[in-house]
Amino acid sequence: MADVLWLIPALPLAGFVLLMAFGRRLGDPLAGVVGTLTVAGSFVVSLFALFDLNSLPTDERVVQQTLFTWIPAGGFSVDIGFLSDPLTITMCLFITGIAALIHLYSIGYMAGDENYSKFFVYLNLFVASMLLLVLGDNLLLTFLGWEGVGACSYLLISFWFTDEANASAGKKAFVTNRIGDFGFMVGTFLVWMTLGSINYLEINERVHGGIAAGTATAIVLLFFLAATGKSAQLPLFVWLPDAMAGPTPVSALIHAATMVTSGIFLLTRLNPLLEEAGWANDVIAWVGLATALVAALAAVAQNDIKKVLAYSTISQLGYMFLAVGSGAFVAGVFHMITHAFFKALLFLGSGAVIAAMAHEQDMRRYGNLRKYLPITTVTFVVGWLAISGVPPFAGFWSKDEVLAAAWDNGPAGPVMWAIGVVIALLTAFYMTRLVAMTFFGGKERWREPEELPTDPAEAAAAEHEAYEDAPDAHGHHLTPEHTPREPNWTMTVPLVVLGVFATVIGLINLPFGEKVDYLADWLDPTLAHAHEALSAGILAVLAAVAIVVAVVGIAVAWRVYAQHKGSPEKIELPAFEHALYIDDTYAAVVGGPGEAAFDGVATFDSEVVDGAVNGVGRLTQLTGRAVSVFQSGFVRAYALAVAGGAVVLLVFVVMRMSSS
Amino acid sequence: MIIQVPPTVPVVPEQLDPSAVPLAVPEIVWSAVAPALVLMIGGILLLTVVSLVRKPLPSWFHATWTVATATAAICATVPLWQRVQDNGASSEMAGTVGLDGFSLFVTGVICVSVILAALLLEGYLRREDLVGPEWYVLMLLSASGGVVMASANDLIVLFLGLEILSVAVYVLAAMHSRRTSSQEAGLKYFVLGAFSSAFLLYGIALTYGATGSTNLAGIQTFLADNVLVDNGLLLAGLAFMLVGFGFKVAAVPFHMWAPDVYQGAPTPVSAYMAAGVKAAGFAGLLRVFVTTFGPTYREEWMPMVAALAVLSLVVGSVMAIIQTNVKRMLAYSSISHAGFILLGVAAASDAGTSAALFYLLVYTFMVAGSFGVVTLIGRKGDGRHSLEDYRGLSRARPGLALVFTVFLLAQSGIPLTGGFLAKFYVIGAIVDEGLYALAAVAMLTAVISAFLYLRVIVAMYFAGPAGAEEGSEEPAEFAGPPVRIPAAAGLALGLALVGTLALGIVPGPATEVTRDATAELTVGN
Repeated sequence: MADVLWLIPALPLAGFVLLMAFGRRLGDPLAGVVGTLTVAGSFVVSLFALFDLNSLPTDERVVQQTLFTWIPAGGFSVDIGFLSDPLTITMCLFITGIAALIHLYSIGYMAGDENYSKFFVYLNLFVASMLLLVLGDNLLLTFLGWEGVGACSYLLISFWFTDEANASAGKKAFVTNRIGDFGFMVGTFLVWMTLGSINYLEINERVHGGIAAGTATAIVLLFFLAATGKSAQLPLFVWLPDAMAGPTPVSALIHAATMVTSGIFLLTRLNPLLEEAGWANDVIAWVGLATALVAALAAVAQNDIKKVLAYSTISQLGYMFLAVGSGAFVAGVFHMITHAFFKALLFLGSGAVIAAMAHEQDMRRYGNLRKYLPITTVTFVVGWLAISGVPPFAGFWSKDEVLAAAWDNGPAGPVMWAIGVVIALLTAFYMTRLVAMTFFGGKERWREPEELPTDPAEAAAAEHEAYEDAPDAHGHHLTPEHTPREPNWTMTVPLVVLGVFATVIGLINLPFGEKVDYLADWLDPTLAHAHEALSAGILAVLAAVAIVVAVVGIAVAWRVYAQHKGSPEKIELPAFEHALYIDDTYAAVVGGPGEAAFDGVATFDSEVVDGAVNGVGRLTQLTGRAVSVFQSGFVRAYALAVAGGAVVLLVFVVMRMSSS
Repeated sequence: MIIQVPPTVPVVPEQLDPSAVPLAVPEIVWSAVAPALVLMIGGILLLTVVSLVRKPLPSWFHATWTVATATAAICATVPLWQRVQDNGASSEMAGTVGLDGFSLFVTGVICVSVILAALLLEGYLRREDLVGPEWYVLMLLSASGGVVMASANDLIVLFLGLEILSVAVYVLAAMHSRRTSSQEAGLKYFVLGAFSSAFLLYGIALTYGATGSTNLAGIQTFLADNVLVDNGLLLAGLAFMLVGFGFKVAAVPFHMWAPDVYQGAPTPVSAYMAAGVKAAGFAGLLRVFVTTFGPTYREEWMPMVAALAVLSLVVGSVMAIIQTNVKRMLAYSSISHAGFILLGVAAASDAGTSAALFYLLVYTFMVAGSFGVVTLIGRKGDGRHSLEDYRGLSRARPGLALVFTVFLLAQSGIPLTGGFLAKFYVIGAIVDEGLYALAAVAMLTAVISAFLYLRVIVAMYFAGPAGAEEGSEEPAEFAGPPVRIPAAAGLALGLALVGTLALGIVPGPATEVTRDATAELTVGN
């Protein structure tokens, strides 16, 4: 069975090629069906791979399939090969499973779009790249997938590219991710130089005693830099909220369930290296925690339903990094899986709401939708309880494990745990706010005439926001007479399936003794790290605190937003709305990695566009300004440069002369 | 000035014999220069045939002839390669022509660039109403010069090859008689080329003065056996020769002609200049610096080459980003590629040389393919080269846009294309030598330049119409007359595409060849 491992990424790739060639002819909805079937096929193959692996003895559950040698270069050679072990297959299963559901959902969601088949072309390419990322047996193949998912992400963010904001958001994602990629490249080089191989099995074999602690720390920090780009952590998280400009299924698949978790996957894959990396682990844990806190605060004050979920995703990813940094890789992977299900569910649910509400994304114009969208409401409530950490829904179990791992993380552990609990409180709060504003509250706010903001600054901000939200609007307008309607079955079936999983997926790793710790057992051969279990008493106390916190968060938010007691303004501080002004600070003050570079590029692009409009004169001027001094077009200037260069070289050799 | 005398100048034995004739003629081994001869004779025969035939021959005839000649030259290298692999490298004709894997490999690269450029030229000349065999003749002659340069084992022969190569290219650059920018390019290239050739020649003279020989083997032996107390003369010679080579390969700060000339020259000629001429220049640079001066004077020239490499990388990639003319952009990007290849030279190791050779091969396919697409998009008049002219290409010509995307991604170094491995091997070679700072600069500029290639891709696929209102729903329209793809140009693009991808997916055979070519890089008998 192991020899068909290559089928897992090959099927979506075949779908990509097929749709690329015939997509337009297949059209709507056949192109979507083809895309869905190839990904579903890949899911089936993954299932077989799972059974196959499971039939092997525990410590032999590593299967490598080498297709051919890609780069033969003396002592350094790289194969095109796939690695199948419990971690990989776990990733494959939830990637292909969720991707198949989201493909199905997209058949309905994208119906009638001008570039219907193109959407599935990109989506299939994304799935193929993501599978390559997790299946590759060496860092270079993972990097290939890493770049591939990145490229698809930019393409899909900018899918409705006629809109300026969308195209810009795509560029922003590109620029911030390039910073992370630099970390990946340098990290790979360091691994190669110190360990002489970039194959995962060989790395993990040679790491013990084969690497100095300082080098391991440097390597892990570089890979963590890569992870902060792809997985949207501080300081590079600024692109993810903007990435919501893309179609909602894309947000669900790429920017919630799969691609953004690749940073956690990468670090988990390299877990023996992390063990040697000393304080780099603390950096990972603290950055994750800080990101989770900042993003949770930001989520409290967003009014765009997708932005709430985007910040929530960043916050949950922060949890996963907290787990990884605490050495609790099982908890990290566990939370990654449960999060993939409930966050995909929430995004798809929000997509259903947005579709039902004439592409309006502002929650202030929702309310009482449960009357019109019963299926969406029920499934969304499941997702809400899961993410808020209410037992027995999936999120509770995994979040509880993450928090327990934080508690156990050295002397600073209890502090981390306390911050983690605060984040859990915020999570329950903002999710309840979202649910209450959207589905409950008794008022159908879109039927009320829009209140005009009295404060001029606020009016400007509202206008700006309206412009930012324009992409999904597509010329639709939400009128007071609008009656929301439940979407068709291709969209509700995925919601129900994901809802079921978001309820029960926690069963794969229950904290009631060894026997029900399926995930931990399953991942054990991959993750050599043996973590001392906390005593049952402490665990019970921690869990009880988490439940109380979740209930308090829900109760407070319910009171404010569903029962309209107390004023929201006291909670929704402007600082939260702007994510503590981090993005703005990059733009205005630091000139830092994300916004400033992006802004420069954006400005330049508009310059070029303008230049073409205003004629050649402007272009010449622009070029002239940039290169005015030297590249004048005069032969004499060029000759001078040649002569000048010669003189510099001469001066150099004169200094090196061994004169007598 | 010199401790040990006399210099061991390799002298032909007959000359030592006073009774012999005063002018000794060394044995001529025709087979050793077969590839150069094939190219030269092919060019001259073509000129003769078209002069004798009364009716003008169809344009495909010239192109086919040129492709056949270049292919024959490649075939001629095969038995020679076998001979070198079996018997080792040798030098012929009184040690002036080196016959080794290195020269044969570069010969192959030059011939490939001739084939690609000739295929592009065919449709181009018909489109521009410029039918004439002279283009092809000049290209073949210049290629023969490049081959001579690659196999020269003597500084004078090297200079000879360089001039044969250059003079023909000066004319080619100016051949588009109706475009003033083409004539300007030719003149500029000529004046500056002559200027830099003077530097090279002066450097050769100084080297001769310091070592008493122009023969590379002689110089190497002399430097190995003698220690120069006062090496100023030799170092100045090195510096001046580096100026000459730096000009030919368009390294910063000797690069300034490149954007103007690449932009002005007829686009297929730009493809040939960027691929073939550069390969010949690097061949000379590698042979003179790495092989001849490598063992003894590495400490002196390496910093200079490294400085040129860093400057080329940085200036090339940064300047490329701010260009709005795609041809100019490609010119600057070729400068940054030159920086990468220079890094391979600076490594001054076998790994570095084979990395540089691999880079040259990949680069030939990538750059010829890119300029090939630019040739087609330029349309009649060869003038539509601004970024605006690429807007909406994905709709008007999806296949062409896709092919161009592959070339651009390859140039930016995306895995599974040859461009990635080329950069990878070079960086690997310099890391092996412990030059980490250079490796860091190389990776950083690779990241920067990825952006510029993406700009073109974005223009082709995503950009809305020029000057459209924000949020406009109107899709980008491709402006201007439709793009026609002549069969020959299509073939060239196909070949370049196959080359670019094949070298990225199964680089094994090519890397073996470059390794063998490097191993045989020796001078002297």
